Amino acid sequence: MQNQSEIRYLTPLAVDVKKKKYCRFKKSGIKYIDYKDPEFLKKFLNEQGKILPRRITGTSLKFQRRVAQAVKRARHLALLPYVTDMMK
Amino acid sequence: MHLEFTAGLYFITDCLFVTYFLTKPNCMKQYETVFILTPVLSDAQMKETVDKFKNLLLAEGAEILNDENWGLRKLAYPIQKKSTGFYQLLEFTAEPEVIAKLELNYRRDERVIRYLTFCMDKYAAEYAAKRRSLKSTKKELEKEKKEN
Repeated sequence: MQNQSEIRYLTPLAVDVKKKKYCRFKKSGIKYIDYKDPEFLKKFLNEQGKILPRRITGTSLKFQRRVAQAVKRARHLALLPYVTDMMK
Repeated sequence: MHLEFTAGLYFITDCLFVTYFLTKPNCMKQYETVFILTPVLSDAQMKETVDKFKNLLLAEGAEILNDENWGLRKLAYPIQKKSTGFYQLLEFTAEPEVIAKLELNYRRDERVIRYLTFCMDKYAAEYAAKRRSLKSTKKELEKEKKEN
């Protein structure tokens, strides 16, 4: 008799291996964040045009500050909206 | 005795002033300014306005490094009930006093609906230099394409 309690799966269970977050600026050696490039800055915004927190993007504190500053400059110049819906 | 002392003090302060003006550091900084003009203007009027600000900078002893016209662009949100605007970017080196004058002129000019002046640090300057060289190579490529 086979052991009934032993459950077998066809595909191995996906074990959550947390991918380590990293700061993309540190990794790729970007030192200056341009406020004139709204397409790049959109990576750090959610659908409503709010700046995403560090815990989601994984940006280091130093560059999070610079991202925030650049986003705010872009908003002032109407390159990015202050408030919207469905940006992406 | 007392009189002499005060006179001496005045003399010292005088000297300080003179030395300050003589050795005043010639601190040129690199700036970048973007301004948005109303879409009401015709192309010629727009160019004239841009030239006005360029001449203002040149008159103040600034050196213009780069000049980019982004053309008529859609604004992300309406400014003064207008949804488009002419974007103009200028990069220049100037003394810090010039900026106040420039911004005063921006505020006085009705054609400018938004402006931003940004003092560049060394990384920003590096990036800008890269951007300029990219732009020039692109232009050359385009020229070559046209010639071919």
